Amino acid sequence: MSRTDRDGAFFRGEGISLRFGGVTALQDVAFAVEPGQLQAIIGPNGAGKTSLFNVITGLYPLDAGEILLDGARLTGAPTHVVARHGIVRTFQNLEIFANMTVLENVLTGEHLHGRYGALDALLRTRRFAREERRLRQQAEEALRFVGLQDVLGQPAGHLPFGSQRLLEIARALGAAPRILLLDEPAAGLNVKETEALGGLIRRIVDRGVTVLMVEHDMSLVMGISDRVLVLNYGEVIASGTPAAVQQNPAVIAAYLGEE
Amino acid sequence: MLPLREHTHLLGLGLFALGLAVLPFLLGNEYYLTVLIVGGLNAILTLGLCLLMGYAGQVSLGHAAFYGLAAYTSGILTATWRWPVPAGMAAGIALVLAVASLIAVPTLRLKGHYLAMGTLGFGLIVYIVFNEATALTGGPSGFTGIPKLSVAGWRPASDRDTYYLVWAAALLLFLGAQNLVRSRLGRALRAIHASETAAASLGVDTQRYKTAVFVLSAGYAAVAGVLYAHYVTFVSPGSFSFHASVQLVTMVVLGGMGSLWGAVAGALFLTVLPEALRAVEDYDILIYGALLILCMMFLPGGLAEGAQRAARWVRALRRTPQEEAAP
Amino acid sequence: MSFVAQLLQYVITGATVGATYGLAGLGFTVIFNATEVINFAQGEFVMLGGMLAVFALRWGGLPLPVAVLGSVLLVSGVGVAVDRLTIRPLRGRSVISLIIVTIGVSILLRGGAMLVFGKDTFALPPFSSGTPIAVGGAAMLPQSLWVGGVTLLTLLLMKLYFDRTLLGKAMLACACDRKAAALMGISVDGMVTLSFALSALVGALGGVILAPITLTSYDVGILLGLKGFAACALGGLGNPFGAVAGGVILGVLESLAAGLLSSGYKDAVAFVILLLLLFLRPAGLFGGRRVERV
Repeated sequence: MSRTDRDGAFFRGEGISLRFGGVTALQDVAFAVEPGQLQAIIGPNGAGKTSLFNVITGLYPLDAGEILLDGARLTGAPTHVVARHGIVRTFQNLEIFANMTVLENVLTGEHLHGRYGALDALLRTRRFAREERRLRQQAEEALRFVGLQDVLGQPAGHLPFGSQRLLEIARALGAAPRILLLDEPAAGLNVKETEALGGLIRRIVDRGVTVLMVEHDMSLVMGISDRVLVLNYGEVIASGTPAAVQQNPAVIAAYLGEE
Repeated sequence: MLPLREHTHLLGLGLFALGLAVLPFLLGNEYYLTVLIVGGLNAILTLGLCLLMGYAGQVSLGHAAFYGLAAYTSGILTATWRWPVPAGMAAGIALVLAVASLIAVPTLRLKGHYLAMGTLGFGLIVYIVFNEATALTGGPSGFTGIPKLSVAGWRPASDRDTYYLVWAAALLLFLGAQNLVRSRLGRALRAIHASETAAASLGVDTQRYKTAVFVLSAGYAAVAGVLYAHYVTFVSPGSFSFHASVQLVTMVVLGGMGSLWGAVAGALFLTVLPEALRAVEDYDILIYGALLILCMMFLPGGLAEGAQRAARWVRALRRTPQEEAAP
Repeated sequence: MSFVAQLLQYVITGATVGATYGLAGLGFTVIFNATEVINFAQGEFVMLGGMLAVFALRWGGLPLPVAVLGSVLLVSGVGVAVDRLTIRPLRGRSVISLIIVTIGVSILLRGGAMLVFGKDTFALPPFSSGTPIAVGGAAMLPQSLWVGGVTLLTLLLMKLYFDRTLLGKAMLACACDRKAAALMGISVDGMVTLSFALSALVGALGGVILAPITLTSYDVGILLGLKGFAACALGGLGNPFGAVAGGVILGVLESLAAGLLSSGYKDAVAFVILLLLLFLRPAGLFGGRRVERV
């Protein structure tokens, strides 16, 4: 049912440039993601990885370039519109809703899929009850998927850090995204947690979600990704399979040069 | 779990309604009824403001202006232009909704303190207009001769009737607010309060929601305003000054910003308190200031948080001897 | 008086009052630049400047210069107290919490002034005696020269402070990025306290130089504070020069409106301008820092 445009890439961006005053955060960046793919974006600190996510999700306005999803032009769209197209993200510095419980966080993730309006809520119609029940079931399922089914009623702020990371992923999954953007999901996790995370991400991809992941943890990236995009100083310096990228001299120079 | 909690909330509301219904028969003095009527009006005001401040996380420092605008509009239309009272009341509410929509759109795009300043400025402009447009509003001495309340042909015959009307309205509006809050719309609001960025990233149109809540909270104030005008049959600018707006904010903060019950509690508390403080009338302004500061510093969740802490403390006390008894 | 002379009169009166709006706005800017907080109690600092000077004269019998300087320094101390007692303990809380606290402080200061000084209006004697100076058919009080001089001097010192001194730059660093500033060894808490002290000082100065021309009383704070904020917004929040310029422009517009249209609505002018600014050009006339969109 999905149309592919001329270039055949499901989700792509081209010529993306972003400048802050005198600093160029992104320069002529291009990316292409196929449906059901897991693509990692890597690069030294300050390479522009999170900036790219921010541009895609409409948090920053880009100065040049285009972003297309399945033929639809998303360039410059506000954040909530980008979400409506099925692109949902997690955040490097967690942005969970600490004023709600774990379950409510995921229910909020399902916001766009609640098929009732203010009037239904006010009058407590049967549609309201039906939808709330359905949303709740799906939220519980998402939490089971990430392994948080035992802490449904806890205030989100009380969870340990690793669980909060999982919660953000569950919340994003609640939105039934076509494309999931993970912003450094392994940051702050220990080796065991990172391994579990890798398995979880693969299971997400197996369910048909396309994943774009910014990461620093090389074992995670090389272990599970289908494709890797390498940024340095705001520019793309390599793109290909994990094996190819690992042997790319420009990539090696970029990382070693950091020392 | 959801259906059960729903029933618990309705039960609580029902008990409260029952208590309110019985109360007039227990009071010795008719005067207390008038205090409670004002309390009911304040409860409507604070409910709306609570939705804005506690759930959406925005500040309005000019809410008394919406109160006054509705009161004056309905009063002038019904007294000077002889409109029927229900029409005047509807017009008063409609005008406020329109004005609120106008201010909300540009100011809600900016950071919190801009909205605070904008609403404060708006409140003062409206206050100045009430004072200066003497031909229309009667100026500083106010506007009299407003016809009494009449809703769907029925006229309250006594203070007791008005008491029931006002509190029926308050409870209805409470139920409406509660139903909104406990739905995906309420979750979206609370999400906006916690993290606008994350809320937007999940598809919440934060601008629309913030505007909607702002206009809704103004609507609540307008309902209170038209009820007030036709109950007291007299309006003057002094009731809608910056001082009044601050009182409303204090009620919401004191009650606990994220709690609808807290809003009602805060309204009742600060309506009854000045009566008790009659002797020290000039000092009330000091007490408001002190209350705001102390509340923010030591009990940011207000009376609602206080009640929760008390409940937990009681539960902890009861649990300990049982635990000691277990082997 | 000819029409031109009358206009000139309005402009002179307006610019004089506007200088105080500008100084109040300057105070807002200083605290905002250091903390990103809008201090709703700023207007009360302006009020206290005038009131304390009046009562230093009345009750203490102090000579005018001592009363003026003493009052300004005392209010600066009040600013420090406000920060240490109410702002610092709430470090890191939400914008709403801080807004509410500063509102509480403003009410407290106003209520305190009412109880201690009463509800009357008072006047301060002008700094230098002398007859009004004729300026092209209009009359300018010598006090206006004091107002202009003090305001310009303050502006100059502020600009030097923020542009040239390490302390001033440290203050700006705190507003830009608290954590980074702290990591650089800047005492963020100390900077915040200093910003409150400065802002209160500047506000009190505005209050005390204006008191000889307009009467002062316990409740002038709200309007002065708001107009100071409008001045700030007009000039671009974060821009000290803009705040003062905005204040003067506001004062002149207000005076013209009062003279040419209606004196009753005079106070509304500032707020209408404020709302129009928020609607149309939130960054103010002179840009200032990028207004943060949410």
